[in-house]
Amino acid sequence: MTRVAGKVPVIEIRGLRNQFGPQVVHDALDLDVYRGEILGVVGGSGTGKSVLLRSIVGLQRPTAGDVHMLGVDMRHASENELDYVSQRVGVMFQDGALFSSLTVRENVEVPFRAIEGLSDHARVALARLKISMAGLPRSAGDKFPSQLSGGMRKRAGLARALALDPEIVFLDEPTAGLDPIGAAQFDRLIRDLSTTLGLTVFLVTHDLDTLYATCDRIAVLAEQRVLVAGTLDDMLEVDHPWVRDYFCGPRSRAARGAIADQQGQG
Amino acid sequence: MASEPHSSREGSVRTEDGDGVTYVFFSGTLGLRDLPDLEHTFATLPERDALSLDLSDVDQIDSSIAWAIIDRRRLAEAAGETAEVIVHDPAIADFLSTVEADIPRTQDQPRVPFSLQDRVAGIGEAVATLGTGLASFAEVLGLFLSRLVQGIVRPREFRLTALAYHCEAVGLHAVPIVALMSFLIGIVLAFQGASQLRQFGAEVYVVDLIAISVLRELGILLTAIIVAGRTASAFTAAIGSMKMREEIDAMRTLGLDPGHALVVPRVLALVLMMPILGLIANLSGLFGGLLMSWIDLGISPALFVTRLIDGTDLSNVFVGLSKAPVFAVLIGVIGCQAGFSVGNNAESLGRKTSQAVVTAIFAVILADALFSIFYQELGL
Repeated sequence: MTRVAGKVPVIEIRGLRNQFGPQVVHDALDLDVYRGEILGVVGGSGTGKSVLLRSIVGLQRPTAGDVHMLGVDMRHASENELDYVSQRVGVMFQDGALFSSLTVRENVEVPFRAIEGLSDHARVALARLKISMAGLPRSAGDKFPSQLSGGMRKRAGLARALALDPEIVFLDEPTAGLDPIGAAQFDRLIRDLSTTLGLTVFLVTHDLDTLYATCDRIAVLAEQRVLVAGTLDDMLEVDHPWVRDYFCGPRSRAARGAIADQQGQG
Repeated sequence: MASEPHSSREGSVRTEDGDGVTYVFFSGTLGLRDLPDLEHTFATLPERDALSLDLSDVDQIDSSIAWAIIDRRRLAEAAGETAEVIVHDPAIADFLSTVEADIPRTQDQPRVPFSLQDRVAGIGEAVATLGTGLASFAEVLGLFLSRLVQGIVRPREFRLTALAYHCEAVGLHAVPIVALMSFLIGIVLAFQGASQLRQFGAEVYVVDLIAISVLRELGILLTAIIVAGRTASAFTAAIGSMKMREEIDAMRTLGLDPGHALVVPRVLALVLMMPILGLIANLSGLFGGLLMSWIDLGISPALFVTRLIDGTDLSNVFVGLSKAPVFAVLIGVIGCQAGFSVGNNAESLGRKTSQAVVTAIFAVILADALFSIFYQELGL
């Protein structure tokens, strides 16, 4: 299941520090994300997984440290460079973060409106294509976010994140709050999209099943930094209490067993 | 993206008109930015029997270009032309077929324009909404009254702390704005009244003008309008956001009654505070009038006060202040009711909040008009 990821880093984080008042969330945090891989970021509650995501995409200004994304220094980037990056990056927020006054299709159309000269026909058709790629039925396009279930909202958020064919997609807890069947479908969707579209995926999650089913590499956040980053097999050999509890706990064993069963059958 | 970039060659599209066949050659890296040009190219293709879309020189395409190619091929096929897509790179061929599988098949249903029937239905719906609005107003009013009586009978259920808190929020904190507004109204009345009455040499009647209009109508009405603006919206926002976060459902499951906990303290605080605010408005309105009469007309404060006491019937004060509790109940109940009707999205919270303010102000003015007729008939 591990793919040959060309070792070209698309995101490089060096010495990142995030501090809110006296509370230090990250200190001297280093992390690389390589082109084409699916990186899962795990960590206990309050270890700053979402803060890390926000500082990479530029929603949160780090106290210190450098973030390079697609070769652009995010801290000292010009408007044009930030535009360049934002066209090539998609973010799916936890609950989809859809605009509540627009239908799902109109939500997905929003990024297309920035493209000059695009016809209405193309915009609508492309929005429908993305909605269908995210695994939503066609009828969902005409509904408002409040009329959708949590899982469908997440899919709609993914459709919008994928609109401009980004090179990197950030997913914030994509399977949180979904039923196991919906979560498994979402895992498969992420995997399929990443293969067919050649996406690099940065995935923040708590869900062990998602980690086992989709991620090429895992980064563990603890003690204000990336404690360890590597494949799942690497994780099992790490001698750190939190990592051991996380990957060798009862839930983890169950998830690993389930994946092994699936692979055995397949 | 369909494949790794070999080199980032600029994308380009070239057309050639062969013998009965239109050739379109794609090359380089093509993305969404090139789509408007491509659409233009496709739209201006000459009509021929066959169409050939040649992707053999393409390095990379994104899903929007893939969609455009597939869409154009389908269009050509629907028009009875033969259409072919030539691809050499297997990665791009795979990508095209993936996108094709995802393009929804069914066509858009044409939108039905607004018909007369829709308009009539819209009016009917609005009337029905008005009816349900009145019903839910009555419901919250009933809830308030019944819980108030329960609170009197069983004082243990009464929330004194909440009442005190809301009295501070709706009463004390509203004093500066209410006093200032009323003071300015007093000044305006004195100024305008004086310039009219001076024509008849009847300047001294400006005192009666100010006293009657402020005490009987303006003091309490403008106070109620200010309170409707700042308090009805606050009630709706507070209760509505609790409703959104399911706090009200949680209260019910814990055996707490939203009537006792939310409605009674708020509405009762308004009922208690509104007469006080009205009194403050009256006093500061008269003070504004006094000041302006003194400066502009030379009516000394002593003369103003004597004239005020002699010329103005005390009933004006009672007529004015008697409206306060009624306005208070209207504003409070409308604010709470709008809060309870908030749905589970933030948009409805905003809509209900502004709706509560508009409805409360309208209700206050309507009630004031009814009071005028009522007191006229009574001869007060």
